[in-house]
Amino acid sequence: MTPLSALLVREIRVATRIGGGALIGVLFFLTVVTLIPFAIGPDLTLLKRVGPAILWLGALLASLLTLDRLISADQEDGSLDLILMTDTPLAVTLAVKAFAHWLTTGLPLVIAAPILSLLLNLDLAAAMAVTLTLLAGTPGLTFTGLIGAALTLSLRRGGLLMSVLVLPLTIPTLIFGVASASAAIGGTPLGPPFAILCALTLIGAVIGPFAASWALRHGQE
Amino acid sequence: MMLSGKGLACQRGGRMVFSGLDFSLRAGQALPLTGPNGAGKSSLLRLLAGLLPAAAGRIDFKGGSPERSLGEQAHYLGHQDALKTQLTVLENISFWASYMRGTLAGDDALTAVGLCELANVPAAYLSAGQRRRLSLARLVAIQRPVWLLDEPNASLDDSAQKILSAMMRDHLKRGGLIIAATHAPLGIKSARELRLGRAR
Repeated sequence: MTPLSALLVREIRVATRIGGGALIGVLFFLTVVTLIPFAIGPDLTLLKRVGPAILWLGALLASLLTLDRLISADQEDGSLDLILMTDTPLAVTLAVKAFAHWLTTGLPLVIAAPILSLLLNLDLAAAMAVTLTLLAGTPGLTFTGLIGAALTLSLRRGGLLMSVLVLPLTIPTLIFGVASASAAIGGTPLGPPFAILCALTLIGAVIGPFAASWALRHGQE
Repeated sequence: MMLSGKGLACQRGGRMVFSGLDFSLRAGQALPLTGPNGAGKSSLLRLLAGLLPAAAGRIDFKGGSPERSLGEQAHYLGHQDALKTQLTVLENISFWASYMRGTLAGDDALTAVGLCELANVPAAYLSAGQRRRLSLARLVAIQRPVWLLDEPNASLDDSAQKILSAMMRDHLKRGGLIIAATHAPLGIKSARELRLGRAR
């Protein structure tokens, strides 16, 4: 196996075994989205109108929840030292780690979204639109979060600070994610906001690993 | 192959841990690092591994691969064992062997350190000594010329210490270099040792 495929397999195995935390995000997503109809009340038209935004907010918070373990778990057990001592570029290693993290925590959110849409009175077309935007947008959230995870690595209990750092950076993704879902539901052209959403994810995928590797190299002591 | 350090200094948390440190080491030689707790043995190893920046001085490594850094040609065995408790013993060593481009298959490395019966046990159930043996398996699975060992015989039993001494003797015979921080005898011949004093 090549170094990077070995890393991908290992990350997925660690996340999906007991104690790995792959399902925590989905359970949190489920809880948040289930609570909303209780808070808003049985107003079906209102639920339908805010549905895409609720699903996006839930997915955003759920993907932040598991991000702080993305690098700190490797630091605690000493794996990070060995990762820093290989000739595989650190940014590439981090990109693979983030991708594996998305596969195990982001993708389940995308898969759960159509089911949770039922709770928010979204019809099939609307549910599919939200799911499509989540599929395009959640990798961007993970790659942006990677920067926060690297920056707060040296702090104890850095998870909270990481959320505060990362949440503002996710605003564009949130805006265009909800905008393109609403556009699809409302019958206006999906193209422009959805293209910007995809662009934001691609920018995150390029900048995230490099920024995170820079933060790691300069933060070690 | 030759590894040398000149005028090395290390600063941690605003405190000078050591300064003006010189050493040199040729192929086939081992250098035990001794000294009281807090003298900077671990810091020196991390500095050589490239995991800590040196406050002053320079490290020269001649005869290795010119386009790779010293850290990329060195094994670092720190206090942490770099194991994932969710993975089995074999999955742990196989991952490192693939990720660090090792030459030996994971189960052969486990046989070398006497862990092959535990290959399919999750690493969470290993004792401290068994975890240490599993990190030693990395040294045999992946060929790297420089070994930086931080108290390698901590929590090892007699038979594991013998395995470790034999591994180190083999490594030196093949022309490798070993720098090991230790409080106990390593069981190998070494011409001299580097004693780090209490920081001034």
